[in-house]
Amino acid sequence: MSVRATIQSQFEQVAREQQRTLSPVSDGMRLVQSGLDSLSFAIIVARLEDSLGIDPFNAAEAVEFPVTFGDFVRLYENFAK
Amino acid sequence: MPAGRLHGPRALIPLTDLGHGSSLGGRLEELRDRNVLLLMKDQLAAALAMIELDGVARRMILCPPDLSPQHLPQVTAVAEADACLLDPAQSSPALNLAGPSIRVAGALTPLTATRRPSRSTEWILLTSGTTGAPKLVLHTLGSLTSALAGAATAEEPVVWSTFYDIRRYGGLQIFLRAVHAGSLVLSEGAEGVTDFLTRAAAVGITHISGTPSHWRRALMSGAAATIAPRYVRLSGEISDQAVLDALRAAYPRAIVAHAFASTEAGVAFEVRDGRAGFPAELLDASGPVELRIVEETLRIRSAGTAQRYLGEGVDPLCGAEGFVDTGDRVEARDGRCYFVGRRGGVINVGGLKVHPEEVEAVLNAHPWVRISLVHARSNPITGAIVAADVVLADAARGAGERPPASALTHELTESCRRRLAPHKVPALIRFVPVLEMSASGKLVRPGA
Repeated sequence: MSVRATIQSQFEQVAREQQRTLSPVSDGMRLVQSGLDSLSFAIIVARLEDSLGIDPFNAAEAVEFPVTFGDFVRLYENFAK
Repeated sequence: MPAGRLHGPRALIPLTDLGHGSSLGGRLEELRDRNVLLLMKDQLAAALAMIELDGVARRMILCPPDLSPQHLPQVTAVAEADACLLDPAQSSPALNLAGPSIRVAGALTPLTATRRPSRSTEWILLTSGTTGAPKLVLHTLGSLTSALAGAATAEEPVVWSTFYDIRRYGGLQIFLRAVHAGSLVLSEGAEGVTDFLTRAAAVGITHISGTPSHWRRALMSGAAATIAPRYVRLSGEISDQAVLDALRAAYPRAIVAHAFASTEAGVAFEVRDGRAGFPAELLDASGPVELRIVEETLRIRSAGTAQRYLGEGVDPLCGAEGFVDTGDRVEARDGRCYFVGRRGGVINVGGLKVHPEEVEAVLNAHPWVRISLVHARSNPITGAIVAADVVLADAARGAGERPPASALTHELTESCRRRLAPHKVPALIRFVPVLEMSASGKLVRPGA
């Protein structure tokens, strides 16, 4: 599965578990309007660390916090290279 | 009287009006010398009540909006509460109080009699204990404002805002600072971060405070740039270098300061150098706030520490020499001290605390679980998140064959979700063959 697909799948799974309605996923979807709260994002990031083996937020270089879903995916894709 | 204002989400109260207005419908005298529970959810109403009751009530018990109803009888009994304040539409808790239950709407009506302050009111704040039942911490206005003494008066107007609820220590500090000199924009539980920042920007806030988790959320909202503060404050959790760097980048013209404070210990220090941790010179220095590291944890003594916990048979709030044990583990490296986590493994998920034991109790109740160890997994969004290591039983009586790991993960997670608040549910469950035990038969916890 591509990085993007893995990420989207986590968003959907966590939304289900947290009983939240996930907004339609697109590059432009703003994370604060996704229907997910901080806890949901924390779970997603933790599980992506396990499944993709990367945590871009703890990288040595400073990270710009993602605002949209597209930003989020790019952050992981860049790190996976 | 300060010339500022309190800005709630829907109403604005000039502080000068408090000199000749009452938010208690003129019923202040009924609360004189009483121990009053502030049960209202509405923060603005609570703010007005605190100002009005101070000096008149014997005690004010600040109940945060998320106080679980199951703890209310215990809080009432320990605080010896005999009166309460409620929102207009709030359901009345069955507490059998000796005195009045007054509904307040967060608006002022003209005062009919002069307000006569006559005593030093006790301010009772709630903090969570190991079983989730709150501890009641006694402060006075003196201990709550000791950090303000000697603070320079600003030449330009100061407009404060905070993500915190003012009924918790971090938020209360901001409320008191604002009432002392300036205005305050109050947040509201249901309000989104973007709406709050937009409202704060419209008022022209100059100072703003929150936890590192609040700030990470603000940075992710895309609305961080709507405000232009000259002072950005963090406290309540360990501020890591990443969040400090991100805030410096977002607010290049602001002072970014992180403060160490707890309900028991008060405000210990503020660091403005942009680095995580604090300079080792602060240790063992003499001055109004004294810091020590004893057994790897930070201890604090100052005029800002609370006086005691209420209740019988409670632990002393500080040691024999008056130092409060913060329970925060500190490591000194190269002239700087870094916070490395809570002693005893209390997990801090975005400011909300979890005791591993309470989650383990739920996991251990499952027939296929032999033993579990719940611990913090560090996380860039909430600081930490709950993770569990579980040792499965080889056989469970009457349960047939053991289900596959994926089914058990789902069952355990659902079981936790049914019995625990969302931030306490393990985000990750790992099955392990064994968990380490100490010589005394206790589970070895990371960092304990």
